[in-house]
Order: sequence, then C-alpha cells, then structure tokens
Amino acid sequence: MLTTKVDKVETRRVSRATKDFRFMRESHARAFVLFVALLCVLFIAGCRRDMQDQPRYEAYEKSEFFADGLASRKPPPNTVPRGYLREDGQLYTGKNAAAGGAASGGNQRNAPNASASQNAANAASGGQQQQQGGAGGNSASGGAQASQSDPLNVDAFPFPVTMEVLVRGKERYNIFCSMCHGATGYGDGMVVRRGYKKPPSYHEDRLRQERVGHFFDVITNGWGSMPNYAPQIPVRDRWAIAAYIRALQASQQGTPTDVPADKRNQLEGGNAEHQGGGEGH
Amino acid sequence: MPQIFHRSANVISKASIVGGALLVAIVLLTIGALDRSSYNTGAWVDVEQPVQFSHKHHSGDDGIDCRYCHTSVEYSNSAGMPPTKTCMNCHSQIWADSPYLEPVRESYKTNKPIEWARVHDLPDFVYFNHSIHVNKGVGCSTCHGNVAEMPLVYQAVSLKMEWCLQCHRQPELYLRPKDQIYNTAWVAPPDQLEQGRRLKVENHVASKEQLTSCSTCHR
Ligand code: HEC
Ligand code: HEC
Ligand code: HEC
Ligand code: HEC
Ligand code: HEC
Ligand code: HEC
Repeated sequence: MLTTKVDKVETRRVSRATKDFRFMRESHARAFVLFVALLCVLFIAGCRRDMQDQPRYEAYEKSEFFADGLASRKPPPNTVPRGYLREDGQLYTGKNAAAGGAASGGNQRNAPNASASQNAANAASGGQQQQQGGAGGNSASGGAQASQSDPLNVDAFPFPVTMEVLVRGKERYNIFCSMCHGATGYGDGMVVRRGYKKPPSYHEDRLRQERVGHFFDVITNGWGSMPNYAPQIPVRDRWAIAAYIRALQASQQGTPTDVPADKRNQLEGGNAEHQGGGEGH
Repeated sequence: MPQIFHRSANVISKASIVGGALLVAIVLLTIGALDRSSYNTGAWVDVEQPVQFSHKHHSGDDGIDCRYCHTSVEYSNSAGMPPTKTCMNCHSQIWADSPYLEPVRESYKTNKPIEWARVHDLPDFVYFNHSIHVNKGVGCSTCHGNVAEMPLVYQAVSLKMEWCLQCHRQPELYLRPKDQIYNTAWVAPPDQLEQGRRLKVENHVASKEQLTSCSTCHR
C-alpha cells in the first residue's frame, strides 16, 4: 500500500521535471542526441594505438606472420652473415690448421652456436640439443670426451695477451664461470654448493699443464657435464677468459719472492693472489 | 521592473566563479594523477609469468651477474632475454625434476621459446638504447629498482617522458662508477653531485641540450 503511494509521488515529480526542461522541440532534441553520439564515435575512433604498437617488429616481439612465431629469423642455410666469416681458424676454433678436414666438422658445429648468440629464436639449435640432450646422454658422451683433450688444441694465444685482455678476462670470468668454478678456480662456486656437479680445480697438475686451446675448447664446445658457453660469450672474450685462468693458475704458484720488493709489505692485506696473477703475465 | 534575480544570486554567482575554477583545477589534477597512476603506467603492477623465475634467488642469493642472462645489454638496444638453453646450463642438473621448471624443459624439448610476459614496454615511437646508458654510467637499478631482491620483476618507475627527462636534464644526480653498474643495491654516496660531475666529464656525457632534444628519443 505504502509503496505504491510513494511510487506515484515519485513519478509525478519526474514528469513535472521533464516538462520544465523541455526547452527544445522533439526533433531538435533528437538531432542533438545524434550529433553527440556521432562526436563520441569520432572521438573513440581517434583512440587507436597505431603509434604505440607500430607494424614493425621490436626485439623479441611475437610474429603473427611466421609459422613458428619468431620475429628474429635464422640466416638461410649455406649463407654467412656479415661479420661471421671465420677466416682465422685458430682464433675461432682454437685448433691447429693441421686439422684440415677434421676441423671443418668442428667448424660446422660452432657456427650456429656463435651466430645464435643472444637470440631466443635460435636458442636451441639441433647441435646444441644433441650435446646437452639430457643428464644421461651428457655423462655418457662426457665420459668418452673427458678422458683426453683434443690433440689439435693450439698452445699459444691467437693475439697478444695484454693487461687489458686480462682485466677483461677477469670481468668475464666473474660473470660466466665463477658461480660454478669459484672466484679463485677451486670449483667451489655458489651453484655447486646448491647441488651442481663439482668441477675439477684449475690448480690440478693436469689442468696446469693443459694447452690454452683446451680451455678455449671447453668454453666453446662444453666438456662432460659442463655446458658450452659459445652462445653467450663472443670469441675474443673466450680467449680473454682462458688468459685469466692462466693468471689464476700462476697466482696459486706464486711465492713472496715473485712480488716486487716495494709491494711485498702489501701482501698481508690478503690481496696476494691477484697481484701474483697480474705479475705472472 | 521587478528584480529578476534574488539578492542571493550575487553570492551564487561569485561562488560559481570560484567553484568553476576549482572544478577545472580538480579535473586537470585528476587527469594528471590518473595519467601518472600505476593504472596507466603499469608501475608496481605484478605481471604473471609462465615460469616462476625469481631474480632474488638467481641474482640476489646465488650472485649470478645480470649479463649472464641479459647478454646484449652492453652492446645493443635490447638487454636481451636468455634463451632456454641458458636456463638449461644449470637446470639440466639442479632442480632437474622440479615441476616449477616443467615449462622450461618443455620449451627445450620442443624447441619453442618460453613466452615471457613483457614488464617494461615503451611505446614504439620512442627510441631507447640500453648500451649507451650502461656504458655511460647509469646502473640497472636507477631504472629498474633493486631487481636482485625481486621474486617477481615489476616496473619500478613510471617510464613516462617526464621521468626520462628529469635525468636527461641532470644526469650527474644518477651516474655511478663503472664497477657499480650491475650492483642493484647501490645507493648514491653523500657527495653524489661532485662524483656525478666528475663521471659526466670522464664518460663524455652529451650536453643537456642534446639529451633533451626531441629527436634524441623520437627519431
Ligand atoms: C654451471 C656450472 C659451470 C659453469 C658456469 C662453468 N663450468 Fe666449467 N665445469 C663445470 C663442471 C661440472 C665441470 C666438470 C665436467 C666434467 O668433468 O664432467 C667443468 C669443467 C671445466 C674445465 C675442466 C675441463 C677438464 O679438462 O677437466 C674447464 C677448463 C672449465 N670447466 C672452464 C670453464 C670456464 C672457462 C667457464 C666460464 C666460461 C666455466 N667453466 C663455466 C661446471 C661449470
Ligand atoms: C638466470 C638468468 C637471469 C639473470 C642472472 C638475470 N635475469 Fe633478468 N630476467 C630473466 C628472465 C628469464 C626474465 C623474464 C621473466 C621475468 O620478467 O621475470 C627477466 C626479466 C628481467 C626484467 C624485466 C624485463 C621486462 O619484461 O621488461 C628486468 C628489468 C631484468 N630482468 C633485470 C635484471 C637485472 C637488473 C639483473 C641483474 C641483477 C638480472 N635481470 C639478472 C633472467 C635473468
Ligand atoms: C647459473 C645457474 C642457473 C641458471 C643459468 C638458471 N638457474 Fe634457476 N636456479 C638455480 C639455482 C642454484 C636454483 C636454486 C635456488 C635457491 O635455492 O636459491 C634455481 C632455482 C630455480 C627455480 C625454482 C624456484 C626458485 O626460484 O627457487 C626456477 C623456477 C628457476 N630456477 C628457473 C630458471 C629459469 C627460467 C632460468 C633461465 C632463465 C634459470 N632458472 C637459470 C641456478 C640457475
Ligand atoms: C636508463 C634506464 C635503464 C637502464 C639504466 C637499464 N634499463 Fe633495462 N629497460 C629500460 C626501459 C625503458 C626498457 C623498456 C624498453 C622497451 O620497451 O623498448 C627496459 C627493458 C629491459 C629488459 C626487457 C628486454 C628489453 O630489452 O626490452 C630487460 C631484460 C632489461 N631492461 C634489463 C636491464 C639490465 C640488466 C640493466 C642493467 C645492465 C638495465 N636494464 C638498465 C630502461 C633501463
Ligand atoms: C638515470 C639517468 C637516465 C634516465 C632515467 C634515462 N636516460 Fe637516456 N641517457 C642518459 C645518459 C647519461 C645518456 C648518455 C648521453 C650521451 O653521452 O650520449 C643517455 C642517452 C640517451 C639516448 C641517446 C642514445 C644515442 O645513441 O645517442 C637516448 C635515445 C636515451 N638516452 C633515451 C632515454 C629514454 C627514452 C629514457 C626513458 C625511458 C631515458 N633515456 C632515461 C641518462 C638517462
Ligand atoms: C629522454 C627522451 C625523450 C625526449 C628528449 C623527448 N621525449 Fe617525448 N616521449 C618520451 C617517452 C618515453 C614517451 C612515452 C611516454 C608514455 O609512454 O607515457 C614520450 C611521449 C611523447 C608524446 C606522446 C605523449 C602521449 O602521452 O602519448 C609526445 C607528443 C612527445 N613525447 C613529444 C615530445 C616533444 C615535443 C619533445 C621535445 C621537446 C620530446 N617529446 C622529447 C621520451 C622523450
């Protein structure tokens, strides 16, 4: 009962209100509403994001065009991208030229790795997958490989090792290797402490006597259960790391007499290792 | 002739002038605030990722350098995202059966990249380059916050044009020494202004005019 009454009052008030404000004729009002609607449509039509998302690919953008969804494409087979012509064999393979035919096999294995660098698209090329196939496959192939290093490994650096190269090597070593091999190369890095297989210490006799080419080979192609780092580390940096490993090895061999007399009093500071390393080369 | 307006209309008209001005101000302020709000800029908003990858575990606890995964940050526009193989370097052996890592193993097996959701995204009409910033002394954390303490990366700044410009006008307030670029816990020393001025000269940082010119970023 009560509710209907209230309703009536309400409707009456509303109808009066509409009458008071009917200052336009019906047809004008309709035209006005249409006009406003048109404005709104135009306004919304302006709100596109064409400039925010332009029809070109940014790095890592997904492609709707290519079947595999990758915007970054691999070079077609049997082509060499600019800057990837490997004329200096020793620099790129770390093997002696005598390798001839055999090295070409190695070359092919390296080529896709290096050009794939930083590219999610080329992440896991077939070659790498075979190498890294799974824990089981790894240790099997590793066992065979790890017994002996490649006799074709070079014994000298392909470019002069300067202090700059060593500093670069140290920086790169700390980025890419120290979390497993430890900052001083004893194989006690953080990731090993979390359960990764413990690598051998660089200060073992066997590794001290290895040729530098072996260290380059390990970084480039992997070794046993250690993955290869070719996609992440450019060639020159790999040699710089090898040089720094040499410096680390020398550092653990140093005696106080290796240190110039005027610097000997700094030894107490505990920085002896790095000084020795620097002096070694 | 009788007065058309009652006397109270004086007050109303004055009030409406002030009120109108206030209204305009409020509307403008609201638009400004909305524009800067994280609803619009995406700052501080968590982004779902296909794998629960934690920078806190990898960089903070295990000390893995940013460049181990973001390899191209020193050389190119893009910082570079790690391919699945980079994850498998370690995860072929540790956490190798963890269900958290199933999408990673799946991606490795099928040779399909993991589709990470983008966190930072500038409009395409803005040109940005990581390498120049990193090489001239701007550290990751100035723009990305302390990533090494983030279980899930979020955008820590607005990435609006005004944000870029407040640094391009005065980079000396933010520049740091070369060996601190990747240290995301770095805080400015008390004498930052002096240090910054020195670094600005040492690193040959371009002039304010050049850095704030429209065509530097809109090219
Ligand atoms: C993810 C952990 C990890 C990282 C990172 C790593 N290694 Fe290793 N490394 C290993 C393991 C494990 C072994 C032992 C492999 C085996 O014998 O099966 C090893 C072995 C080695 C060896 C010895 C090979 C031999 O003859 O026994 C060298 C040299 C080496 N790594 C160099 C490097 C360099 C240089 C880097 C950085 C570019 C690096 N490693 C990064 C885990 C790692
Ligand atoms: C173990 C590899 C790894 C390391 C080390 C690493 N990141 Fe990342 N980073 C990733 C992955 C994978 C993603 C994508 C997933 C995500 O956004 O969380 C990412 C995403 C990011 C993003 C967000 C990118 C976007 O979508 O906008 C930033 C910023 C970032 N990383 C900064 C850093 C910084 C700074 C460091 C060094 C403190 C670092 N990362 C170290 C792997 C790594
Ligand atoms: C250098 C070695 C290394 C690399 C490379 C690496 N991780 Fe890890 N990851 C670890 C370690 C060590 C842990 C264990 C973390 C802990 O307990 O502190 C871990 C743990 C994890 C976990 C378990 C959850 C957690 O955060 O504890 C996930 C998921 C994960 N990693 C994803 C990834 C992804 C994705 C990538 C590739 C972008 C990657 N990881 C690359 C070493 C690595
Ligand atoms: C001057 C500010 C600035 C600095 C310094 C900076 N970043 Fe960025 N970063 C950005 C911006 C802006 C984007 C978004 C780029 C885009 O959308 O094109 C971005 C994007 C990224 C991405 C996503 C992938 C990409 O490149 O678009 C990663 C990963 C990343 N940054 C990592 C890093 C790391 C690691 C460092 C430190 C070495 C770093 N950033 C330093 C501003 C910065
Ligand atoms: C914390 C300081 C800082 C911030 C924030 C910053 N920049 Fe810069 N930016 C610099 C410095 C320093 C340089 C180096 C100037 C030089 O010497 O060329 C630079 C240079 C540039 C250049 C010139 C690159 C070239 O190749 O000439 C561009 C483009 C640029 N920044 C874009 C941006 C954009 C876009 C943003 C915002 C997303 C941004 N910057 C945020 C400090 C900053
Ligand atoms: C330091 C780099 C930088 C410089 C210099 C710069 N801009 Fe921008 N500009 C940006 C960024 C970043 C954005 C994107 C902001 C966003 O996403 O909200 C932007 C966006 C814009 C927009 C679009 C605004 C919007 O909300 O869509 C306009 C218009 C613009 N800039 C004009 C200019 C003009 C004019 C100049 C010269 C006076 C200039 N910019 C100089 C970085 C810059």
